Amino acid sequence: MRSAIYTAAALAAVIIVWQMIVSLTGLPSYILPAPMRVLDTLWGSRALIAEHAVVTLIEVLVGLVIGAGLGVITAIQLAMSASARLFLRPILVFSQALPVFALAPILTLWLGYGLGSKIAMAVLIIFFPVTSAFFDGLMKTPRGYLDLAQTMGANTRHIMLKIRIPAALPSLASGLKLAAVYAPIGATIGEWVGSSQGLGYLMLLANGRVKTDLMFAAMLTLGVMSVTLYALISVVLDRLINYEHPS
Amino acid sequence: MTLAAPSVHLSGAAMLEGRPLFGQLDLTMAAQSWTCLLGSSGVGKTTILRLIAGLDTAAIFDGQITASDNTPLRGRIAYMAQTDLLLPWASVLDNVCLGAHLRGQTADKDKAEAIIARVGLTAHKQKKPATLSGGQRQRAALARTLMEDRPIVLLDEPFSALDTRTRSEMQELAAEMLDGRTILLVTHDPGEAARLGHVIYIMSSQGLETADSLSPPLPRSFADKDVLVLQSTLLTQLRSAG
Repeated sequence: MRSAIYTAAALAAVIIVWQMIVSLTGLPSYILPAPMRVLDTLWGSRALIAEHAVVTLIEVLVGLVIGAGLGVITAIQLAMSASARLFLRPILVFSQALPVFALAPILTLWLGYGLGSKIAMAVLIIFFPVTSAFFDGLMKTPRGYLDLAQTMGANTRHIMLKIRIPAALPSLASGLKLAAVYAPIGATIGEWVGSSQGLGYLMLLANGRVKTDLMFAAMLTLGVMSVTLYALISVVLDRLINYEHPS
Repeated sequence: MTLAAPSVHLSGAAMLEGRPLFGQLDLTMAAQSWTCLLGSSGVGKTTILRLIAGLDTAAIFDGQITASDNTPLRGRIAYMAQTDLLLPWASVLDNVCLGAHLRGQTADKDKAEAIIARVGLTAHKQKKPATLSGGQRQRAALARTLMEDRPIVLLDEPFSALDTRTRSEMQELAAEMLDGRTILLVTHDPGEAARLGHVIYIMSSQGLETADSLSPPLPRSFADKDVLVLQSTLLTQLRSAG
């Protein structure tokens, strides 16, 4: 309850400061529209914004599922095999050194202007945080658990399934929460580079036509979508994984 | 218990980072008895326990560990550590059945429930470890050890984190439940060794020394005058051992 009050107060402060800047500077609305004007546009163009938001949401959700799945599989492979660590780690690190913006045109060239290239962008942007967080968790299994398992005659597969993976789930949850915030960024970048649908495309279109209020409304929708996705994923994960990483 | 409990003998020396951790020593865990290994921190007590358990240690051991029945120790040892090592995501019942799950076997739930009842945790069998007290958690860890039904049990200061009252209760419960097995108890506590040890070793940087111990039955009462005298003697020996 206390955090909700603080969140509402922070939001109110941002809106007040925003309104004050508009009022005090007299900036034209095509440079910085007032908050009420953005809300008016959001309501007036709700059907258009919703149509594009659905596209972005599909890209984000599919990207999240595929990226998280690939991240989980890769982390388990890395944790189980020293050879995989030697082989895959440099590739993973190098892939993160490449700016996502640089990859977006290539993905659009390869996968076209449809959903595929945007989903691929979302996958690329969340793959590393999920892999990295889960792998760290898998490699930090408390020594005592492994000793106990060894005296019990456990094999590597069962140790992984019954101890290492459950012990690492809080770390995976941290990675997935980050992914929920990153995935909309990846999808939007994909839409900016080449698309005819989605909130990123709508923002570019509005910008080109100097409809700054519509651009702000689309941006606001994207922000609300990201925050809602993060909150939902956090609530579900906190309920499912209600223990700390054992140390 | 399905297997007879043999005696276990460790003979050898260990080096740690190029320096002797302990010199040549001989330790015998008498068959179906409690052997207590008493000593200060850092003298190598836990290393000895881990060597017998077949677990990794930082030390390099030069020697041998044998059982009186000339059968390998592997698969015949249960281990209980200072921390309870209960899996926080699993219920008490699932923690007790952990060994079977880790071997890919079907756990004998009836046997597990009977053991849980023996340690007094029936009302808590579906609870997660986080909801249990320290004493209840160690009872669950003891139940998990009993479920393994191994003839040799290695206890690495399992009661040291408990409050005095719970510790004394756990000592009594463990003595009753583990009767007939070959036990090695690593401990810092002379009182614990006096109550539980059929054989008591004091380990120091000078080596291993056999201390006096009292005659059975176990566990001896904490109020027994002989126990208090032995506790005092052990503490004196421990302090003079260095």
